[in-house]
Amino acid sequence: MPDKIVISPVTRVEGHSKITIQLGSDGTVVDAHLHITQFRGFEKFCEGRPYYEMPYIVARICGICPVSHSLASAKACDAIWGVKVPYAGDLLRRVMHLAQFVQSHALSFFHLSSPDFLMGMDADPAERNLAGVIRKYPDIARDGISLRSYGQQVIERLGGKRVHPSEIVPGGVISPLSEEDREWVLAGIPPALQIAERTLGWFKQSIEEHREEIRTFGNFPTLFLGHVRDRGSLALYDGLLRFIDASGKIIHDDIEPQHYERWIGEMVDTESYLKSPYFKPLGHAEGIYRVGPLARFNVADRCSTATANREFVEFKALERGAVHSSFFYHYARLIEIIYALERMEQLLNDPGIMNSHVRAFASPNNTEGIGVSEAPRGTLIHHYKVDENGLITWVDLIIATGHNNLAMNRGVLQVAKHFIRGDKIEEGALNRIEAVIRAFDPCLSCSTHAVGASNYLIQLIGPDGEVLHSVNR
Amino acid sequence: MSKMKIATVWLDGCSGCHMSMFDMDEKLIDILEKVDLVYSPLVDAKEFPEGVDVTVIEGGVGSEEDKHMLELIRARTHMLVSYGDCAVTGNVPSLRNRFSVDDLIKRSYIENVSAHGDGGGNVPGDAVPRLLPVERPLHEVVRVDVFIPGCPPRPGLTYFMLKELLEGRMPDLKEKTRFGL
Repeated sequence: MPDKIVISPVTRVEGHSKITIQLGSDGTVVDAHLHITQFRGFEKFCEGRPYYEMPYIVARICGICPVSHSLASAKACDAIWGVKVPYAGDLLRRVMHLAQFVQSHALSFFHLSSPDFLMGMDADPAERNLAGVIRKYPDIARDGISLRSYGQQVIERLGGKRVHPSEIVPGGVISPLSEEDREWVLAGIPPALQIAERTLGWFKQSIEEHREEIRTFGNFPTLFLGHVRDRGSLALYDGLLRFIDASGKIIHDDIEPQHYERWIGEMVDTESYLKSPYFKPLGHAEGIYRVGPLARFNVADRCSTATANREFVEFKALERGAVHSSFFYHYARLIEIIYALERMEQLLNDPGIMNSHVRAFASPNNTEGIGVSEAPRGTLIHHYKVDENGLITWVDLIIATGHNNLAMNRGVLQVAKHFIRGDKIEEGALNRIEAVIRAFDPCLSCSTHAVGASNYLIQLIGPDGEVLHSVNR
Repeated sequence: MSKMKIATVWLDGCSGCHMSMFDMDEKLIDILEKVDLVYSPLVDAKEFPEGVDVTVIEGGVGSEEDKHMLELIRARTHMLVSYGDCAVTGNVPSLRNRFSVDDLIKRSYIENVSAHGDGGGNVPGDAVPRLLPVERPLHEVVRVDVFIPGCPPRPGLTYFMLKELLEGRMPDLKEKTRFGL
């Protein structure tokens, strides 16, 4: 152990993102801003790399959903080749992707958010974490760890390793499925489904206790964006894009993902490294929209699996038209875990999945490729251009969390207005400001192709611009 | 005997190393019962505390804020673990080093956008930390005690490392890992 610890003078310790809250002269909250404070530069530094390295490099945008990035990237590379992925390769990509939804949603719900539900929004911050849940609710903690572990192990079986698997390539995947792995994955589905249904059960029962959060956590009208297939079925891997308005009415349907640029613009502001996509036809002030589980449920008309669809119907009954409270991201996320597990079972029971032809081969036939998919947090867009040698010349990435930037900012403002009184931030208000962001499950790592999620500096700024109160987290 | 104080920190990386720590699965319960997790993306600690026994750091040093944080951590930590290829070598984030910071910013915030908010035409610069000219591995900035390579390090290796450190031994990784795994 240390003989001596040197403590340097303590200056303010900033995290990776911060929130500023502006007060008016009467002491009420007038504005709030979420600043994302890190940036890595993938859009530039991939330049000059061979296109076929991209699924590996861009996986490193995010260790939480590397499969989504690899897949969107591989789809962009498929488009550069101009090939169709063989049937079995396509199914194997989908299974890995669904497994990632299971693990990523489990992480968001159990490891990061469940302490708020189980220990309480106002609980002692020292206890309000996974270790606290392990002590107080060991069975729930084990459920979460086990569900996430199952998803990760499926990725490991099919992709070689749990984080940054290397099996996803242009044209398909590298290895066919073995009978042993097929049986292992199938055997794990019923127990995983039991956990997911059990969790959804207690979460639904606890909803009553969160009236205040439901009412104030990013509960406002916006547009929503997501993929659907078969004219309205929930889609996670591919399909056509659909925008709906705040009343739930479809405003643009059947959008080919490769035409995203006609509909989505990106705005930059000087106080955050995170850009703000918006619905182009309405401009950046009016074009605010949300993506992710809540948005996918709002845009879809049904789920294609039995249990998930029953829950989906119940979810849709929460509100007439679109469901607006961002608190319900958690709810939709749990149903999506059930959908992902049921869908995996369907795919693994398709005899075509055992075919050994899992990859097409070609050379670049196009100088541009766009790959779009739903990631756990929402729509993910990879757009590449290559030269005649297949070297990348230009990259544009629009990441799920980015789409939600405008809504997260507005959500922070709503919670701040509701819970902050005067010139000091109470602990419960502080946690709720973080919890509203947590509901979106932002992956700040992905979103700026950067960052750590859970460090905040929250500053309360008076009408004259002076910092009245600040809290590091 | 008081529990060992452990911290995990995420600098300029993808969080994949933290995912690999979670990938210890049930062994995570075993570890969390034996230690005090005093600072981590997983807990609500407000400030990096003093007197931390072991700090495991993911990611390289990309911004002024990363550098400041790392120096503070070093001053308050007995055993500092450089965890994963970004921390150990710079890895993927250091691919940016052949471009200037201006070129990186220009691509993302001028060329690849269609609108500007208040102040129009500007790039992020207010209320965000400046990037360092190059991405650097941890040991180029501070002294490092243990290096764990991998992208990310395998969960089994992480458990072995933590168990050894918890029992007061320097982990001997010769038979456990090598670069390129």
